[in-house]
Amino acid sequence: MTLEVSDLRVYYRTLRGDVRALDGPTFTVADGEIMGLAGESGSGKSTLSKSLIRLDGRMRYIGGSVTLDGDEMPIWDDRAMDEFRYKRVSIIPQYAMSAMNPTRKIGKMIAELLESRGVRFRDVRDELHRRLELVELERDVLDRYPLELSGGMKQRTVMVISTLLNPSLLIADEVTSALDVSTQRAVAETLVEFRDREFVKSMIVVTHDISLVYQIADTIMVMYGGRLAEKASAKTIIEMPKHPYTKMLLDSLPEVGVKYEDKRLSGIPGSPPGLLNPPQGCRFRDRCPLADKQCLEQPPFVEVESDHHVACWKAE
Amino acid sequence: MRKYFGRKIFVYALTFFAAVTINWMIPRLMPGDPIKSRLARASLNDAGAAEALYGYFNKMFGLDLPLWQQYLNFWVSLFQGDLGISIWNFPTPVIDLILGAVPYSLGLLLPSIILSWLVGNWFGAYAARSKWLDNTILPIGYILTATPYMWLALLLAWSLGIVAGLFPAAGSYGLSLQPAFTWTFISSLLEHWFLPFLSLFLVALGGWAIGMRNMIIYELESEYSNYLQALGAPRRLIRKYAFRNAMLPQLTGLAVQLGTVVAGALLTEIVFSYQGLGYLILQAIQNQDFFLLQGTFLFIVIGVLIANFIIDIVYALVDPRVRVQMQGGAK
Ligand SMILES: Nc1ncnc2c1ncn2[C@@H]1O[C@H](COP(=O)(O)OP(=O)(O)O)[C@@H](O)[C@H]1O
Ligand code: SF4
Ligand SMILES: [Mg+2]
Repeated sequence: MTLEVSDLRVYYRTLRGDVRALDGPTFTVADGEIMGLAGESGSGKSTLSKSLIRLDGRMRYIGGSVTLDGDEMPIWDDRAMDEFRYKRVSIIPQYAMSAMNPTRKIGKMIAELLESRGVRFRDVRDELHRRLELVELERDVLDRYPLELSGGMKQRTVMVISTLLNPSLLIADEVTSALDVSTQRAVAETLVEFRDREFVKSMIVVTHDISLVYQIADTIMVMYGGRLAEKASAKTIIEMPKHPYTKMLLDSLPEVGVKYEDKRLSGIPGSPPGLLNPPQGCRFRDRCPLADKQCLEQPPFVEVESDHHVACWKAE
Repeated sequence: MRKYFGRKIFVYALTFFAAVTINWMIPRLMPGDPIKSRLARASLNDAGAAEALYGYFNKMFGLDLPLWQQYLNFWVSLFQGDLGISIWNFPTPVIDLILGAVPYSLGLLLPSIILSWLVGNWFGAYAARSKWLDNTILPIGYILTATPYMWLALLLAWSLGIVAGLFPAAGSYGLSLQPAFTWTFISSLLEHWFLPFLSLFLVALGGWAIGMRNMIIYELESEYSNYLQALGAPRRLIRKYAFRNAMLPQLTGLAVQLGTVVAGALLTEIVFSYQGLGYLILQAIQNQDFFLLQGTFLFIVIGVLIANFIIDIVYALVDPRVRVQMQGGAK
């Protein structure tokens, strides 16, 4: 297993109390697995992604563990985590368009970053050139400022930078949401190619759009209200979902022949719960058509079939 | 590159033209008749003699011509370096009075602007990395920038000058001295220079420190900083980038602030009776000497324009974003 996450809890400390944005997910990501992470906005996807590489200033580690290739990551210790960052776990940020220092030439920035991490730029330069070529970028982007690149070029450059040191785990948080459809597909294909060429071992691809991640993911994990709802192979999630939330999420997607805008408006009735004082029991309760008394208790995330985990009393 | 500077030069030329025109108009719109008041002070008893003198002066200053002619003449003599004759200090040419005052003004302005910019940026950058410093520098900075130039000048003149007696509170050098290259004169010059310099320096200092602190914090929270942190880059590298990028808007700020600082310097000179351009302006107003007023304003406008132009060039040289845009923008 590349990644093992166990009962991970990360809250936002606010003046009004703890926002329980990540409340105890337990899951694994296998070697070579591309896992899509789906769920409505506010379900805790970004909180989970950040927790695996760098907690931002407002996030507090509460408990649980994260193990990468058998080594526990000290995610609560910002300094100790530096050892893991970039070399073993890396990220393609949502804001790839503005991820590079605007006043440094790209090549110089990469060199300074690498040297600061104790990697000799000379040793990786050839590999960097090869990978730029792979994503159809000229070598001379290294002599340019980010401003001189188009959006798509910046996106590809950042993808190359992030994976240059062959991390075990790559996190991509909503990397495609700001792009047009054809660029989205190109980015998705590049991610798969990076995995196939073993630039990265495993990947978590975050998206609020299940239909996009379906094209590239081996497995899909659905989050709701800071907890896990369901995880299974991509095919199973799309064709035989068991959690009522997954079903509704899929129903709200555009189908073939249906105009996207018409469907989009309907969505899922209601909205996700606030996580400052989340409801007791199943967090999906007040939107769930199947909810009953039993759901006042929190359903465990259990394996109902081989490699198919669900957190719902009504799924067997 | 050429296009960029071509456009800049055009804008500066236009500004210069407008400034000269407004500058020519303002004194003419001022109430009162300068020659009459000048003659009144000469207290001539003979009405006929006063009449004759009035006509003579009017002609001599060119005030009997139609307005458009006066305006054209103004431009012509401007390019001949002729700003007219002072009424207050008759018959000294205005340009001589100005050239005599400029070294004093520059001697106050240049050190206070440059030093406050450097020291302020330095303090601000430190404040951004230490809570303790931040808690002290920030409030002090806010108090300093919020202080009107005149007010701080008066406070310093009163406390360090009059009460403590550490520094002279008025004049550019000792009254008994003649300008000369002697130790006595130079030390007297420095003593008189210190308080007006200090008050200009202090007010500007606060603004730069706060600006730098806020810019650095902004840069440290920017997305490129975030990305570097996620990739485990050490604080040192991230700070280096943030500092560099925060300097650039501070440079633009320098251009923007220049006018305010110059105005502040004029007021400060008045408070300390320091014989720079501000002092000339005060004399010109009190004596309704509008040639002097015009000439001084013109000099200041030209000075500010030149300084702005220099900052523009420096900025274009240090900020790659501007450089790239000059070469035709994103490809
Ligand atoms: N800085 C913050 N302070 C307080 N609550 C936050 C903060 N950031 C996110 N949250 C809350 O945490 C929950 C999960 O947010 P997030 O992880 O960003 O979800 P997603 O990425 O799935 O849209 C949401 O309920 C959100 O309101
Ligand atoms: S546990 Fe109950 S409320 Fe939650 S999803 Fe299942 S049926 Fe619905
Ligand atoms: Mg998010």
